[in-house]
Amino acid sequence: MNPPLETVELEVTVNGERVKRSVPARLNLADFLRHELELTGTHVGCEHGVCGACTVRVDGEIVRGCLLFACQADGCTVDTVEGLSDSREIEELQSAFVLTNALQCGFCTPGVLMAAQALLRDETNPSRERIREYLSGNYCRCTGYQAIVDAIEAVAKARAARSAR
Amino acid sequence: MKAPRFSYAKPASVAEALALLDKYRDDARVLAGGQSLVPMLNFRLAAPKVLVDINRIAGLAGIKVAKAHVRIGALTRHAELERSAEIARHLPLVAAAMPHIAHPAIRNRGTVGGSCALGDPAAELPACALALGATFVVAGKKGERRIAAEDFFKGLYATALKAGELLVAVEFPLSKPGYASAFGELARRHGDYAMVGVAAHGSRKGGKFSDMRVAFFGVGDRPQRATGFEKALEGQSATDAALAKLDSELAPRGDLHASAAMKLHLAKVLAGRVLGELAA
Repeated sequence: MNPPLETVELEVTVNGERVKRSVPARLNLADFLRHELELTGTHVGCEHGVCGACTVRVDGEIVRGCLLFACQADGCTVDTVEGLSDSREIEELQSAFVLTNALQCGFCTPGVLMAAQALLRDETNPSRERIREYLSGNYCRCTGYQAIVDAIEAVAKARAARSAR
Repeated sequence: MKAPRFSYAKPASVAEALALLDKYRDDARVLAGGQSLVPMLNFRLAAPKVLVDINRIAGLAGIKVAKAHVRIGALTRHAELERSAEIARHLPLVAAAMPHIAHPAIRNRGTVGGSCALGDPAAELPACALALGATFVVAGKKGERRIAAEDFFKGLYATALKAGELLVAVEFPLSKPGYASAFGELARRHGDYAMVGVAAHGSRKGGKFSDMRVAFFGVGDRPQRATGFEKALEGQSATDAALAKLDSELAPRGDLHASAAMKLHLAKVLAGRVLGELAA
């Protein structure tokens, strides 16, 4: 068994790319993505798991990037808003956000998009109430949420209509 | 607001984890889901020298239905309980509590063992464990010991776990025929810790309450049963008279968000609702 270490070797697949780094154990995943990999789409807000701005996917499930140490992601697959944007997985959501004016300053938007995509992946036609509940862990201080819910609902309806055809 | 420096260990087995916990004792903390511990580190409310990450230990996660109980491995994530057909079927109280626990991204990481071992007085699962009479399975250097829920929660963030021990599973007894459960929580925002919560389980045979176990959370330094209230419900079909017992049984402390009187009021309102749901 290895003794406890302050610096840990890390091998992780981020947005499809394999990266190897030596990191301080105390470095959280959000800071690792931003400072080591320069993936600054993942935002750091409250740093204690409340605001949701740092939401990323680890092995397919959304998590708080600020509540996971980078070294814990060793051997995992991490997807960030950049990855979902490049793969066009969230293209519809992004367009709907623009169309409904669902962002102002944009600080919360990457986390909101990650959470919204997780919801729409698991549930085909969530109600507005369900969208609000699911997004309750993502704080937005600009929009008052109405337009965010509008955008997510519009995409959900469009996807449901498409799959019904 | 970053975590202080620590050394990180990733044991591959319970034995390895126990060896580390035994070696570093009070200087070590177990890292399970990290959804409460990491904020505490970031706030510098905790500064352990060593973090023992149990996430890679095979066999610590999972739900097993046995003859008399459902055994939930300590590392089982909330999200797994939320999705589990077996939990919905055998432990509807736990299933009902799940949506109240924080948010999806937190539930994907947070664990049953972590929630119970932390002993937050406003957390949902400890109250469920108390209401259902669960047993905590704890591993240590000298082997396993089992602790009843009544004896496990000792106070504010304090449990019966000793330095060097690791919570490995929680066993919830299977429900008896005619028994039902209900759960309620009041929070300022969805996903926040409870201002007040109630987890209730008992018999509803013949439309009367019997053998009730009612656990309150968010009203004291630990989850607590209101045994006088439970006794007053025995054989009754309505809750009104019994609810008055709570005035003397619960002694919530006021906090930033609610005075003691408001909390007591909310606890009574919520208990009435939850038991009403059970009676329906």
